[in-house]
Amino acid sequence: MDAVEIVVRLAWLVGAAGFVIGLMRMNSPATARNGNLLSAAGMAIAIAGTAVLLATQGVVDITGWVIILAGIAVGGGLGLYTARTVKMTAMPQLVSLFNAVGGGAAALIAIDDYIRLAGAQTLLPNSISLEVSIPTVLDIVIGGITFTGSLIASGKLMGVIPGKPIQVPGGQLVTAALAAIVAVAAIYLWLGNVSVPILFVIIAASLTFGVTMVLPIGGADMPVVISLLNSFTGTAVAMAGFVLGNDVLIIAGALVGASGAILTKLMADAMNRSVINIMLGGFGGGEGTVAVGGPEGGTVRSLGIDDAAIQLAYAQNVIIVPGYGLAVAQAQHAVRELADLLEQRGVNVSYAIHPVAGRMPGHMNVLLAEANVPYPQLREMDDINPEFERADVALVVGANDVTNPAARRAGTPVSGMPILDVDHAKSIIVVKRSMGRGYAGIDNELYVNPKTGMLFADAKQGLADLVAAVKAL
Amino acid sequence: MSPALLAALTVFVLAILCGFAVISKVPATLHTPLMSGANSIHGIVLVGSMVIAATAHDPLSQILSFVAVAFATMNVVGGYVVTDRMLQMFRRKPAAAPAKKAEGEG
Repeated sequence: MDAVEIVVRLAWLVGAAGFVIGLMRMNSPATARNGNLLSAAGMAIAIAGTAVLLATQGVVDITGWVIILAGIAVGGGLGLYTARTVKMTAMPQLVSLFNAVGGGAAALIAIDDYIRLAGAQTLLPNSISLEVSIPTVLDIVIGGITFTGSLIASGKLMGVIPGKPIQVPGGQLVTAALAAIVAVAAIYLWLGNVSVPILFVIIAASLTFGVTMVLPIGGADMPVVISLLNSFTGTAVAMAGFVLGNDVLIIAGALVGASGAILTKLMADAMNRSVINIMLGGFGGGEGTVAVGGPEGGTVRSLGIDDAAIQLAYAQNVIIVPGYGLAVAQAQHAVRELADLLEQRGVNVSYAIHPVAGRMPGHMNVLLAEANVPYPQLREMDDINPEFERADVALVVGANDVTNPAARRAGTPVSGMPILDVDHAKSIIVVKRSMGRGYAGIDNELYVNPKTGMLFADAKQGLADLVAAVKAL
Repeated sequence: MSPALLAALTVFVLAILCGFAVISKVPATLHTPLMSGANSIHGIVLVGSMVIAATAHDPLSQILSFVAVAFATMNVVGGYVVTDRMLQMFRRKPAAAPAKKAEGEG
């Protein structure tokens, strides 16, 4: 190992340390931005070190440099442009897209490496060792699934692909067949056979598996899927590290693999669903769900804009409960305008943020922060739940299942899911387009509560009308 | 099993445990930026992509490695920029829940 290589390896170590410390600093809102910059600095050091290593080793010809620089220019340009222009509401699908290309790159490394090894030798059995062939196959399988799976997830959130669950003809049979093909092909290669065509069978089966895995999952579950695929990409990158014998790839990949797994579990827990159930697709098909045995035949009270405006304007404490519908309608600015107006009239306004409000955990905080809602007004579920009793009005905008009191009883599909105690407020206004159900597919008992008034409108339009009505008072 | 593989496995397992320990303390508020931040970290695959591009001599390898470098760079650049955009929005919070801060440091 010459001096340059030692320095570069130390640079990779510094980069890896930057990732760990950066993630740690993302624990708290106060240091999060700094943590991300630290992680970016670690990345820059690791990449610059790699460039130095390649330059001093003299192995790179002019074509090699052209490929590297052109690739960085194209990829960097696209990444920078999309990241800067994306609307904050469209951000989850962009994360999914970046995830797809990361997984794709990891798979390409293993594919390229294998083709070269296979081409470099006469076809003797056992000429590619298990130490290489195991991570190669794992990298291609995981990276391939992530690539197409993330593209489908992104397409569903963008609306290019219908968000509703799409059943693949033959469903589980196709999945099982693909898994069997990959298993047989992988074992064939691990037994010491060298075959590029078999490698392509694995690639094709993995890519197809990614599509059939995500298509049957509904749009509302995409956050969990994206998080899971994020974890997959990390694992694929770690496998690429094993293929190339590169520690920094292993460290960063394993870090992301572990973090993604934790995040996925946290998200699924908050929705009271198991990751396995989500991956099997569809809520409604679940057996053993008992029909909601709540207060039947309750009537729904519809509320006019002016009545709602009066209730809000003359309240002392108002708690706003924003949900998925608000994110979809991009009504975050409208809700803030209403809140400002109420504050000017001396009303105390705060926001109750359910852990899974929006499209991803924390997504609602980002959307509201974008609309300049002061951070202290955003309150987490455990923190705000005791305060609903003192609230004169709870204004629910586009949230459904996370407010359903049925979750407190056993035997419903939402049982055990942590909910916001909206029904404890003195009165409740629900802005909603229709009586449609949330993704849990059950009626919300909150809507038939005598204290509840339903304001049937699109979130954005309804809030704009409320602003106008409050102004007119 | 070669010593190199054994060393790599050691690093792999310790990095996984490290990931679990670091992540489990993050409040729900920051989960989306965190996912995006973790997403940019796996852009480190750019280092591997550069290594294969450097030694690509036949056209197939050159195409594969070009795509890998472009994909990986998009992941790195886009990931960090979009995460920073998200986190920028948390700037004005002088009185941000002191209880949470204590928890983060503890």
